[in-house]
Amino acid sequence: MENFDLALVDWSRAQFALTAMYHWIFVPLTLGISFIIAIMMTIYVKTGDEQWKKITKFWLTLFGINFAIGVATGIILEFEFGTNWSNYSWFVGDIFGAPLAIEGILAFFLESTFIAILFFGWGRVSQKFHLVSAWLVAIGSNLSALWILVANGWMQNPVGMTFNPDTARNEMTNFWDVLLSPTAINKFLHTITSAYVLAAIFVIGISAWFLLKNCRIIFAKRSMLVAAVFGLLSALFMLMTGDESARQVFKDQPMKFAAMEAHYEGKTNAPLVAFGILQKAPTVKNPKMNEFVFKIEIPNLLSYMAALDSKAFVPGINDLINGNEDHNIVSYYEKIKTGKLAIKALSKYKYAKEQGDKVAAANQLQIFRDNYHYFGYGYYNNPYKLVPNVPVIFYAFHIMVGLGMLFLLVFILVLFYLFKKDIAKARWLNYIALWSIPLAYIASQSGWIVAEMGRQPWVVQDLMPTLSAVSNLDHKAVITTFIIFAITFTTLLIAEIKIMLTQIVKESKIKED
Amino acid sequence: MFENLTYLTLQHYWWAVVALLGAILVFMLFVQGGQTLIYNLGKTDIQRKIIVNALGRKWDLTFTTLVTFGGAAFASFPLFYATSFSGAYWVWMIILFAFIFQAVSYEFRTKPNNFLGAKTYETFLFINGLLGTILLGIVVSTFFTGSDFSINNMNSSTWESPYKGLELIFNFTKFATYVNISLGLAIFFLSRVLASMYFMNSVDDKQLLDRVKKQLLLNAIPFLVFFLFFLISILLIDGFAYNLITKVVTMQENKYLLNFIEMPIVAIVFLVGVIGVLTGIIRGYFYYEKCGSIAIWITGPGTILTVFALLLVSGFNNTCFYPSTYDLQSSLTIENASSSKYTLTAMSYVSLLVPVVIAYIWYAWSALNKKKITKEEMENDSHAY
Ligand code: HDD
Ligand code: HEM
Ligand code: HEM
Repeated sequence: MENFDLALVDWSRAQFALTAMYHWIFVPLTLGISFIIAIMMTIYVKTGDEQWKKITKFWLTLFGINFAIGVATGIILEFEFGTNWSNYSWFVGDIFGAPLAIEGILAFFLESTFIAILFFGWGRVSQKFHLVSAWLVAIGSNLSALWILVANGWMQNPVGMTFNPDTARNEMTNFWDVLLSPTAINKFLHTITSAYVLAAIFVIGISAWFLLKNCRIIFAKRSMLVAAVFGLLSALFMLMTGDESARQVFKDQPMKFAAMEAHYEGKTNAPLVAFGILQKAPTVKNPKMNEFVFKIEIPNLLSYMAALDSKAFVPGINDLINGNEDHNIVSYYEKIKTGKLAIKALSKYKYAKEQGDKVAAANQLQIFRDNYHYFGYGYYNNPYKLVPNVPVIFYAFHIMVGLGMLFLLVFILVLFYLFKKDIAKARWLNYIALWSIPLAYIASQSGWIVAEMGRQPWVVQDLMPTLSAVSNLDHKAVITTFIIFAITFTTLLIAEIKIMLTQIVKESKIKED
Repeated sequence: MFENLTYLTLQHYWWAVVALLGAILVFMLFVQGGQTLIYNLGKTDIQRKIIVNALGRKWDLTFTTLVTFGGAAFASFPLFYATSFSGAYWVWMIILFAFIFQAVSYEFRTKPNNFLGAKTYETFLFINGLLGTILLGIVVSTFFTGSDFSINNMNSSTWESPYKGLELIFNFTKFATYVNISLGLAIFFLSRVLASMYFMNSVDDKQLLDRVKKQLLLNAIPFLVFFLFFLISILLIDGFAYNLITKVVTMQENKYLLNFIEMPIVAIVFLVGVIGVLTGIIRGYFYYEKCGSIAIWITGPGTILTVFALLLVSGFNNTCFYPSTYDLQSSLTIENASSSKYTLTAMSYVSLLVPVVIAYIWYAWSALNKKKITKEEMENDSHAY
């Protein structure tokens, strides 16, 4: 442990978080709006109504602005695995690299080829080909989400591989296990549906602004209609898949699950904290639990959510650390011991092999194999270092879920007012819709904070701690690139927002016909 | 079907795939080359607009090729990915930043209220064109000249120079540096040659094309000088060979020349490629009226074949494709740096889709390029950059 440069680890994490979160500002809008645009264009082609063409073109302009910066922030993430997480890249590259390569071959080319047709095709290609291109762009961008989320799902729940001590890495043994892992599937479904929700809120919010300005009324209502229907369906799926994700986390990452609920003492009939405020965060030196200052609970719901059984036992953080014999929970102390056995056996195996001592090598290999499942724990001595940042994860989780409910309500209300009343007159609803735009981004980022910070300190759950994943760099180099990234991306974000707002205002000035 | 291939064959197959992607990338760098010519060629706003839009329809494809090249390298030779990217940290970071700026520049350049102003975005495009080409060339050159790193028994790598890759460009006490820089500059000028040919192919503006023709010659000459210097150097230097059975790495005289001789097919591919590059340049310049607009379809494939053959020479025939000059035995070969047999097999199936991808790119490209870009169109296009 002593030879790890902690500043290097922290700055590398900060840099990855910064770049990933920036990327995620632009990606969900792309994932969702590409479908909304394809739907709008389909309506235009079916009806031949010029108004729908204008609607399509307007959202397409915003899409183009967003897409460019999404691509700019994406390339850095891919190469960052090599530049900043080189030991990780080797340890898991045999499994993790494949989805990334497939993403390039199958998804990115699809997207970038047909996006050129989508933008420049008006009048240059046939209408049918143009429409097909719009759908292919949507499918392509969502395929890219699939592959990257398969990769991410594997880090949360590594399956389909064995460790090869001779090459010192994990090697893939079953591609389908990796692709079809329930973690990956849930992650994919929840992430894309949440992205559709964000995009729908985006379209509704901007349309609401037009209504508030009393301009482009038909334009805005039609856009709203498409987005609200799409959003409502997506929100329902998002809820379902989010719920399923939580169950998956409970199974594979119980510590993350406990942190999401700030759940310290295990219980049967565990209640769900619907709303809560935590006391000051505990420190490593004083790892006492976070007490709630205030909370509203729903009885039995946590047990039900975790295991579909309101009597089920939900282990708390303390049970995981100290173990719980009644419920067959192995303590972190035990896991650390097991991990250390594995680490020691691996180096003895290597030594025996160099010496040509086949018997000893075989023995050590057996010990190693028997203990490999907790390999990563062996890097630690203090189990409290294996607890993620509880308050951050607790709040992020609750913000996400709370906002998810709010968006569902927004879609329902918008549809109700579109059909039964005059939405242009419901100014309060238009204000809510407008303000939901930033909230959607907050919810989406919060989701990733839960997923990624909740798995700390693991890069690969139970196998590889973050601190042994980093590249051998001088931390000053990483600080420098962190600062450059922060400045660059912030500058580009400001430019993007200014350009978008200008386009929106410009559109609002057009007289409706 | 791939299951029946040996591990070694799969490793060769994947090195060939990566080499092909790299070769296509070098061809596609014409976008970058074009970006450095905006002001040389475009004397009026509308001319610059034509240039930027001609390139703007292709930039994403180049970008995606780079991304896919990275992904394929990661998946098939993860030890290379881990060693080179973390080691030559600054070189890769500069390349990445150059591409970040490029990605937004087309879309943002002419949009009202764009915060930085059109000039800044044009500067970004220029920087991307300059650094992107030269630095990628330098990295490729290190496949022949080597870098200083070591790899321990857990396959964790350490880069020896504190300059993290910059020494590959600025350590003038080493001959290798000159070789690296000459390939970097060769690729830079080649990308401008290709860009000129691309404009001849897709733009219809007499004034502009007269200037393009001049640029073709102006860049072809330095390209040839730097490329010849690089080529002669690597044919004469000692190369990094390894023994197939003992895996021991040794320096071997004229290794790369020998590789050409021992792999005649690769040598033929190389020669055909070089002839293609030269023919395109000569026909495009001297028979401009007849061949100008198809020159890119001669020099382009020529470029792909040439680079493809060069990369094969760097990795096939028991050669270390990413050599370490610090510790010979740490050098990476297609055997010790590759993914497992299982992964290479699984990925090979995916690679079967590459022709499909190329086919639809081709189809889309020609659908968009049916009409040449003209002044009139630029004045009326709703999505013009
Ligand atoms: C608009 C954004 C949004 C909204 C409203 C929600 N989610 Fe979500 N959630 C995401 C956006 C998101 C995300 C950004 O897509 C995440 C991050 C990682 C992932 O897989 O998806 C995520 C992760 C995530 C995780 C963690 C998965 C993991 O750690 O692997 C859980 C348990 C939930 N969500 C559950 C829910 C529930 C029960 C919701 C109730 C409405 C909900 N989410 C709404
Ligand atoms: C785009 C959406 C994503 C966001 C917003 C996001 C967010 C984050 C955050 C906040 C961290 C820092 C965690 C910490 O250090 O406490 C992080 C780390 C990390 N994430 Fe993500 N993440 C995203 C997607 C992904 C995906 C898809 C992958 C893998 C394919 C991934 C891999 C990693 C890695 C390797 C780290 C660094 C190691 C670590 O600190 O755990 N992330 N991410
Ligand atoms: C941390 C891991 C990630 C890496 C390495 C990564 C890599 C990339 C790269 C290289 C690009 C540019 C592609 C191009 O040339 O067109 C890109 C764009 C994109 N990525 Fe990511 N990405 C990550 C996370 C995600 C996540 C979590 C999603 C979706 C759930 C996603 C979805 C997309 C989409 C849709 C695009 C298209 C460009 C856009 O509009 O934003 N990415 N990504």
